[in-house]
Amino acid sequence: MIRGGILLGLASLALAGAVSHSEARTPVSVNDLAIMEGMPKKLSEFGFFYRPRSQESLSAVAYELNTPLYSDGADKLRFAYVPHGETIQANGDGLLEFPVGSALIKTFAFGEGGDRRLIETRVLLHRAEGWVALPYVWNEEQTDARLAVAGARIPVMTPAGENISYRVPNKNQCKQCHVKDGEVTPIGPKVRNLPLSWLAIAIRTGDLGLDTADLPFGPAVAGGRRMPDWNDIEHSSVDARARAYLDVNCAHCHQPGGMASNSGLDLRWEQDDSHALGIRKPPVAAGRGAGGLLVSIEPGAPDKSILVHRMNSVDPGVAMPELGKSTIDAEGLAVIRQWIEEMPAPPSAQ
Amino acid sequence: MIRLTAAALLLASAAPAWAETHTIEPGEGVQERLQEALILAEPGDEIVLAAGRYALTDGLSLDVDGVTLRGAGMDASVLDFTTQEGAGEGLLVTSDDVTLRDFGIENAKGDGIKSKGADQIIYHAIRVEWTNGPDASNGAYGIYPVEASNVLVQDSYIRGASDAGIYVGQSENIIVRRNRVVENVAGIEIENSNFAEVTENLATRNTGGILVFDLPGLPKVGGGNVLVARNAVIDNNTDNFAPEGNIVANVPAGTGVMVMANTKVQVLDNALVNNSTSHVMLVAYTQEFDDDRYQPRPVQVEVRGNIYGSGGNAPDFAGGDLIAAAMGGTLPPILTDGLHQGLGRGDNVPILTLGLTKVGQPFSEAQPSLLPPVPITSTWTNDPVALPEGMEARLK
Repeated sequence: MIRGGILLGLASLALAGAVSHSEARTPVSVNDLAIMEGMPKKLSEFGFFYRPRSQESLSAVAYELNTPLYSDGADKLRFAYVPHGETIQANGDGLLEFPVGSALIKTFAFGEGGDRRLIETRVLLHRAEGWVALPYVWNEEQTDARLAVAGARIPVMTPAGENISYRVPNKNQCKQCHVKDGEVTPIGPKVRNLPLSWLAIAIRTGDLGLDTADLPFGPAVAGGRRMPDWNDIEHSSVDARARAYLDVNCAHCHQPGGMASNSGLDLRWEQDDSHALGIRKPPVAAGRGAGGLLVSIEPGAPDKSILVHRMNSVDPGVAMPELGKSTIDAEGLAVIRQWIEEMPAPPSAQ
Repeated sequence: MIRLTAAALLLASAAPAWAETHTIEPGEGVQERLQEALILAEPGDEIVLAAGRYALTDGLSLDVDGVTLRGAGMDASVLDFTTQEGAGEGLLVTSDDVTLRDFGIENAKGDGIKSKGADQIIYHAIRVEWTNGPDASNGAYGIYPVEASNVLVQDSYIRGASDAGIYVGQSENIIVRRNRVVENVAGIEIENSNFAEVTENLATRNTGGILVFDLPGLPKVGGGNVLVARNAVIDNNTDNFAPEGNIVANVPAGTGVMVMANTKVQVLDNALVNNSTSHVMLVAYTQEFDDDRYQPRPVQVEVRGNIYGSGGNAPDFAGGDLIAAAMGGTLPPILTDGLHQGLGRGDNVPILTLGLTKVGQPFSEAQPSLLPPVPITSTWTNDPVALPEGMEARLK
C-alpha cells in the first residue's frame, strides 16, 4: 500500500520535468469533485498543476516507466494523483490498484528545453462507476488545455525532424487501448514496469506491501517479475527487451479481452505460448495488413514476419499500432527485427 | 447537456421517451462534429446524417448502447474516407443494441465498418464500397461484426473488399439476408460462428460467393449450424485479389459456396450459376495447427434443392483443368476434397471427390473420382435463428 499523504514525499520528483522557473505559480488544490463527475472543459479545473506550462505539481506524483509506449517520439510526463488519506494496493508485479478518486495524468510534449511545447494531456479518472478517459489539447499560450472529446490533429515536428499530423485520440479511442473485458483500465503503472529506484523510494517513504528485498534486482528475464528498459542494450537480453516492447506497445489490444482479442494474438509479457505470441501463426483478419506474408513471426526471418511489416508502415489499414502512431519507431523496429532474426526455429507442430 | 440521470435510470426501459435526435450536416469540421455527436449521444438517441458527402480524415467510433446512426440513403449520405489518415476502419462500434442504417461508406483505408463485441447490432441498407473496384490495396472487410451475439445484416451493398464483403466472425445468432455483394474476394464469409442464416442474398462477380469457414487457434472455434439458402450465387469468377497470407487468398476463382471445417451446414435452394471452378465445395483445413478444440473437416453438410446452371468450366486449382478434361470438359457442380464426414446428398447431380484421406494431404496426391450415389441421410435440422424480441422492431 502507498498512502496518499506519503506519496507527497515523492512529489519532488514531479519537478523533474520543470523547464520554466519564471512561470508564475497559480495557487491550486486538486478539485476532487471534477475527478468524480462531469466532463471538465478545461484541464485547469482539476487543479493538478500549479505551474501548468512547467507541469509542476504538489499533489500528483511523477513517475516513469522502464519501457514506455512509443508515441511518435513525444516526451511524456506522467503523474499519479491519489486522494488524501487513500491508499494504493500493490498487486504482485502487476497493475497498481488505485482507489476511487485517483487520477492518472499523462502530458505529451515535443521540443527541448525552452522550446518544449505541450500538445495534449490525457487523464484517466477513477470514478465510482469505473475509469473514464478524457483528452485535453493545450492552447497556443500553453496556459491551459481544453477538452477535445472528438480528438484533434495538430502539426508537430518529431525529434527525428519529421513534420507530421499528430493525432490526439478521441474519447472512444482512449478507451480502445484502455479497454479490458469491456471496462476501462489503466495500462502503464505495473510494478514490474516501474523503475526500481521509484519503487524503492515508495517503499522507504510509505509501504508498498513489498520489502525492498522483494524487488527483482538483477537482469530482467522475459516473462519475469521485472520488465527492462527496452533500450538498455548493456543490461538486458534482446529477448527481454523485445518482449517488453511488445507488451507495452501492442498487448493492450493484443490480449484476451483487449480490442484485438479476436486475432488470437497475445503479446503480453507473461504469455509463453509460441502460437499465441505469433510464431508461425497465420493471420486471421489482417487483410492487406498481412502484406502478402504468411505468418505473424517467422523465426529467423523478420522480412517474412507480418509483425515487422506492420510496425514498418504508416499506412492506415496496415500500420500497427492502429492508434497513436504517425511515424515508424525505427529503434523499436530494430529490436524486434533482431529478436526475430536470432529466434531459433521451433519444432514443427505436425 | 444536462440530463436527469437518476430519473433516466429509474425509467431505463422507457429511455426512448427521452431520446433525442441530433442532425449532422456535412461541411467544415465534420470530423469533430460527427465524432462528438457519437461520443455525447445517450442511449436511445438517433444521430441523423443529412444527405451529402462527409470528407473524413480519421476513423469514427461509437461506444454508446442503443444509438441509431441513420442517413438519408446508402447513396445519399456518404462517409468518404478517401483521405483517411488514421485508424484501422471507417467506423468502429463497440456498444450494444446499435442500429446502423441508410448511409454509405467509401474507400476506408482498413475495414469499412467493424463492430466488436457489439451485441444486437443491425446493419440495414448500408453501402460499403471501394470505388476503384477489385484491388489488393482495398480494405479487408466491408461489414465486419465480430465477437457478438445477435447480428442482423440486411439489404446492404458491398463492393471491392479485398477479403470479404460481409464477414461475420466468432459470433452467434446471425442473420445475413437480402444483401448484394459484388466484386469482393469473398462475397459473404461466416467464420468461427454458430447459428447463422445466410439467405436471399445476391453474390456475384466475387472470387468466391459465400464461404463458411472455421479456423484453428482463435478464441472461438467450432463453427457450425449454418444455413445457406435461397441465395443467387452467380458469376463468381473474379481473380483472387486478396493479399497472400489471408485464408481467403486460397479460395479459387469460380467458387460458388465453400464450406471449410464446420459442423452442420445446410446449402439449400440456392441458384448456382456460372461459377467456373465449382458451385459447392467442401474442404478440410489444409495448414498445420495445434488446437485440441479444432475439427478440421466439414462434418454433416447437406446440399439439397439447389438449381445448378453452367459452371466448372475453368477450375482455378492445380490439376483442375486435367480433371475437367477427363470429366468431359467441366467439373461436376459439387466438389469435395474427400475429407468430409456425413454428406447429406439431396441433389441428383454428380459429386467429384479428390479422394484425399488425411487432413493436410496436398492436392497433388488427389485421386479424383465421382462419388457413388448415396441415399439422403439427413438426420438433423437447424432450428431457425431467432433474434431477441424487439430487435427488428428498431427498424420500424
